[in-house]
Amino acid sequence: MTDIVGKRHWYFLISALVIIPGLVAMGISFVRFGSPLRTSIDFTGGALMELAFEQEVQPGLVRQIFVQRGYGDTVVQTTLDEKTVLIRSKELKEGEKAEIQAELQDSFGPLTELRFDQVGPTVGREVTRSATLAIAAAAIVIMAFIIFSWRKVPHALRYGICATVATLHDVLVTMGIFSILGLLLGWEADALFLTAMLTITGFSVQDTIVVFDRIRENIPKRRGEPYEQIVNRSLLETVHRSLATQLNAIFILVAILFFGGATIQQFIATLLVGLISGTYSSIFTAAPLLVVWERGEIRRLFRRSQARV
Amino acid sequence: MQQRDVTLLMLIILLTAAAAWVVWPSSPGLHIHLGPIGIDRDIKVYRGLDLQGGMQVVLEADMPAGQQVDADSIGAAKTIVENRVNSLGVAEPLVQLAGSNRIVVELPGITDPELAIDTLRETGLLEFIDAGNTFLPPGTEVRTSFSETGEFGIETPTPEPTATSTPLATATPTLTATEVVSPTAAAETEPAPTPETRLFRTVITGQHLEAAQVGQDEYGRPQIDFKLTNEGSGIFAEHTQANVGRYLAIALDGVIISSPRIETAITEGAGRISGDFTLADARSLVIQLRYGALPVPLKVIQVRTVGPTLGQDSVAKSARAGVIGVVIVLLFMVVYYRLHGLVADIALLIYGLVTFALFKLIPVTLTLPGVAGFLFSVGTAVDANILIFERLKEELRQGKLYRSAIQAGFNRAWTSIRDSNLSTLITCAILYWFGSNFGASMVKGFAVTLFLGVFVSMFTAITVTRTVIRLLYAIGGEDLRDSKWLIGL
Repeated sequence: MTDIVGKRHWYFLISALVIIPGLVAMGISFVRFGSPLRTSIDFTGGALMELAFEQEVQPGLVRQIFVQRGYGDTVVQTTLDEKTVLIRSKELKEGEKAEIQAELQDSFGPLTELRFDQVGPTVGREVTRSATLAIAAAAIVIMAFIIFSWRKVPHALRYGICATVATLHDVLVTMGIFSILGLLLGWEADALFLTAMLTITGFSVQDTIVVFDRIRENIPKRRGEPYEQIVNRSLLETVHRSLATQLNAIFILVAILFFGGATIQQFIATLLVGLISGTYSSIFTAAPLLVVWERGEIRRLFRRSQARV
Repeated sequence: MQQRDVTLLMLIILLTAAAAWVVWPSSPGLHIHLGPIGIDRDIKVYRGLDLQGGMQVVLEADMPAGQQVDADSIGAAKTIVENRVNSLGVAEPLVQLAGSNRIVVELPGITDPELAIDTLRETGLLEFIDAGNTFLPPGTEVRTSFSETGEFGIETPTPEPTATSTPLATATPTLTATEVVSPTAAAETEPAPTPETRLFRTVITGQHLEAAQVGQDEYGRPQIDFKLTNEGSGIFAEHTQANVGRYLAIALDGVIISSPRIETAITEGAGRISGDFTLADARSLVIQLRYGALPVPLKVIQVRTVGPTLGQDSVAKSARAGVIGVVIVLLFMVVYYRLHGLVADIALLIYGLVTFALFKLIPVTLTLPGVAGFLFSVGTAVDANILIFERLKEELRQGKLYRSAIQAGFNRAWTSIRDSNLSTLITCAILYWFGSNFGASMVKGFAVTLFLGVFVSMFTAITVTRTVIRLLYAIGGEDLRDSKWLIGL
């Protein structure tokens, strides 16, 4: 029988190797932007405008027009080609959008507005607050749900907490990778990022529940067998399902990633990272953690993994 | 094959046929009309702003710090905004409340966002203010007690300068009770003592105005007849009785639009504004009274626009992405699970039809993340079948008969499917709550389609699959167990 549980420390190490660089990136982001991720106007407030010109334009010259009007923080990037620009600025005063566009038109020729988003700063703060609330609420409700569903198994509380820790693992992995991409490619977390995070939470728990469900079933069937072995057996029995399901979800996400609209590519990529992490954590984090807890290894965990490495 | 299976099979076929009929693209003529429950609309796919282009504006009640807006006021404001929006002539606009103090306006396919915002913004706060003996010419900007503190000021002793000046008789309209016929009086006007700095007391706001229309006075000249609500009548009676001869100016968004003088006490809740109006003046004033009669001041706090080309591009791309993703999944299932995979594919197609039919019936407005949520839920729909088939294989490997393996496979997989799907449904509910509080229709769209998808998949992946597999057993019997290649053992 393949021994997953026995090699648990190696799997914890792999997780750490992914999470730690993410945490470092979040630290750098925090110093640079004041939040662990680069955040979009959904959270900070401001204006975002995407304009298509008929000729190539210099982002620096476009920026000048904004700066002259007192929007010093404006960032201008070209997107698909040199003719389309994405402009991020502070919230535009009333009527100024039309004036700015008229001015741009005078300087760079006819333009089409592809997109214009403007979010007030108070809304941004509120979104941030309720986003935190939404994630905390989801975590607590789901933990309570698991503890309730596993109430007939000894130590039901552990299942709830281990599932939540596995979910936290996935949140950290995804946020970390997103933070790294924020530093490298300028990815910004928006309302859709939050949607992705919550979805990942849901699916991570879903995967973990399938594994835990098998443990719940095997405990009365295999009395006398050590807990470690029951957990390992349950993992092996569900691994086919985990992989098959994972593959299917990946097929769909990859299809949307490559062939879907550009507007949701970041969203799908985030989901993909979280989903892979979710399957990994249900097999290599959540269930092994149950064993760690059962054997009272929590305190010794650090010493052990160091010794093995 | 038991009686129950036959019944289920018939039901599934009927449901599939019904769903296919609703989904079929050449059924655009479908129209629901259910009088008793007030449903009357076309059955079709409602596309969100990001798929067809358009703009979304979020308006917020602009209350002074610490003041709460009450549900009635924001509800009334929403109705007024709706009227405004309808005047824009946009097809299928959407005006809805979000949270306790926000109104989300969605204007699909709008070509001139600036004009739309201007039209929405025109809806202003209408106030009747006590101007004392001061004639405030239209266009004067004033500070009012309601707009600054949210309160109807109590009688404040406003210093009334005793200056005299030449009146502008014709420019001064008068305010009279409907019953009382009185000629336009010459007014005594004082030079406005810097009205910009004075805080005027708000007597009533647009909330108290029930109706306004253009009428005629006894000389056939246009005048404005108005009617007040019960609450408004009381306040108005009290004020006009005590202030005959003084000015009761009408301000919209802090700008005077008319400055009538109180000619007689108005106690019956109906009065008129007469003066030297042209018909056009009178009409424009009536429109301002009616539609500008917003009970709360609103400000634009969020604007999002998507150009139509970006939207169309997204539709084409996500449709292609969806087809590619689903075809790969269908192939994978057949290759990996053979005959059972084929059954799962049938269930998946029925799943797709039923979910899409629900989207059209409910209706669910499809946004780009909504489409993603739907496609993603295809993945979970397949998951339920994978759980069942893996279980089925396990039972068969243990040497069980095909018949009892089916039974055990479905029963044992059920707890996993139930618990894991419940956790997804909980997440969807939280996402939905988050989305509807902030006019984040993208988040809401994702939550709704994922929720429906998970819900429908619990039916198709379990009931449909089980019924078809039992049908297969009825045909193939225990031979199936021995055709290891066919069942992917």
